[in-house]
Amino acid sequence: MTAREQELPAAGPGRRAGLALGLAGAVALVASLAVAITIGPADLGVADVWSVVAAHLGFGGSGLTPIRDGIVWQLRLPRTLLAAVCGAGLAVCGAVMQSLLRNPLADPFVLGVSSGASTGAVLVVVLGVGGGALPVSAGAFLGALLSFALVLLLSHTLGGTTDRVVLAGVAAMQLFSALTSFVVMTSADAETTRGVLFWLLGSLGGAGWTDVWLCLAVLAVALVVCLSYARTLDAFAFGQEAAAALGVSVARTRLVLLCVTALLTAALVSSAGAIGFVGLVLPHAARALTGPGHTRLLPVTALAGAVFLVWVDTLARTVLDPQEVPVGVVTSLIGVPAFVAVLYRTRRVR
Amino acid sequence: MSGAGASAGAGLRADRVSRRADGRLILDGVALAPETGSTVGVLGPNGSGKSTLLRLLAGLLAPSSGVVTLDGTPLAELPRRTVARRLAVVEQQSDTQVELTVEDVVRLGRVPHRRAWTPPSADDERAVRAALEHTGLADRAGRLWHTLSGGERQRVQIARALAQEPRELLLDEPTNHLDIHHQLDLLALVTALPVTTVVALHDLNLAAMYCDRVVVLCAGRVVAAGPAGDVLTAELIAEVYGVRAAVSREGPEGRPHVRFLGTLN
Repeated sequence: MTAREQELPAAGPGRRAGLALGLAGAVALVASLAVAITIGPADLGVADVWSVVAAHLGFGGSGLTPIRDGIVWQLRLPRTLLAAVCGAGLAVCGAVMQSLLRNPLADPFVLGVSSGASTGAVLVVVLGVGGGALPVSAGAFLGALLSFALVLLLSHTLGGTTDRVVLAGVAAMQLFSALTSFVVMTSADAETTRGVLFWLLGSLGGAGWTDVWLCLAVLAVALVVCLSYARTLDAFAFGQEAAAALGVSVARTRLVLLCVTALLTAALVSSAGAIGFVGLVLPHAARALTGPGHTRLLPVTALAGAVFLVWVDTLARTVLDPQEVPVGVVTSLIGVPAFVAVLYRTRRVR
Repeated sequence: MSGAGASAGAGLRADRVSRRADGRLILDGVALAPETGSTVGVLGPNGSGKSTLLRLLAGLLAPSSGVVTLDGTPLAELPRRTVARRLAVVEQQSDTQVELTVEDVVRLGRVPHRRAWTPPSADDERAVRAALEHTGLADRAGRLWHTLSGGERQRVQIARALAQEPRELLLDEPTNHLDIHHQLDLLALVTALPVTTVVALHDLNLAAMYCDRVVVLCAGRVVAAGPAGDVLTAELIAEVYGVRAAVSREGPEGRPHVRFLGTLN
């Protein structure tokens, strides 16, 4: 008996494979960051770019002009890092939402967070709410939280079940989208409209170090919370009552995870706009690689999302150079075929 | 609700539980105290409160009055996790959109035993293996859930419940969607388990064959309780189900066998 038990794998099939996958993802992410910052319209060599980074990290001087130094350190690097953080965060939020709400179509924006953020941003940009003292991102963040609070309140009033949460989210999304359109149509000139549209579609163009640190901090906290609920999320596979019968406090789990993902989404959307599709597609792609267990799924989803968005943003800022394509447009243009491919590969053969 | 409940409070007990929903009384003062290791069948027509009783026993619903206790402690005072380590539930039917293998599903039974951030222990592995072997699923551990038949799915859910290593097992009409072979197969498996089992059943003959005792519910009240041979009489069946029936002793080991003759109107 003991001899037989020893033959069994320590933790189910492919625990080592899971670690290898995580490691490969981490290497891919570092490599992607290192390569992505060397790509851009400015005439900068690969060695120049890395020497700037090395110089700022305290390894000698780069010997480049402040402008060229600034292109790398103030523009490309924060932007690329923010792409990674946004990709990771949106993908993880999507994965958690899909499992928690038992809905393969759920994404980070299903609770109306992005629509609320848009309304907040538009109020600041177009109507000048806050009298210029309020940055757009702060307006967006407040709008996102307001919308999320509304969804929680509404879903609670409507009965608090999973489908009610989704329905309340849809309602809030419609409401805030309508408000945004109304403000833009009635008050904005052509130039402002273009700016707002760009923001609505999602763009990493305005990324600065403050955004990076803020989003990274929120992401770190959210990741730790979500990972500590990984096993609990597994238990939701057969529904809420089955989860409860497995010892899960369903109401508390749902509240904690909804709040954490909403907060993370709000932070990301405030910095980069509503970048669509990452949170919907990447969890499905990651699930095809890791299987359904969240202990493995969540880290791999985060890494996959980060790598994906780094490259998509690189494409977005270079493909129509000097014009920039909103990254949200590119995610969807690339994401839809990728999504179909993943679904085709994992289709059920009955 | 004084001394008697506390002193004889071993195992799972329902003490005069009632459940009211939307002003309607669904369960009315039901008491149940299954003997350790026995199989108790809960019978009754549709809407008589069988499922509600099971959900109260599982702690998934709170009684409007009365109390469900586990070794004398009210379920409501125990953490959900503690309850799930003692008591497993198999529902009528379960489905998922997640691509799970048989082993993945059985592993869910270890959720109440595991802590966050730690890999599964040797105990977890042993429990999962034992559950798969006990239910004859060891050779199908890698099969995908959605490729299984209804009978296999119920078997997997029972394996999952066993992996919880419960002392009490609650099953809500587990044979509902199964053919007769799988019905007999599943109940034989369940009743052979060394756990206290409460099972809601529609089929009176299955209950007579496999249950040590039966409890008959009608409109939320217990109308009869005891060994199947004493309880399942033509009169009771007429009263509860509105059906004419002939009851013989032709079942295995002289257990009752019910032959239905038509409805009473």
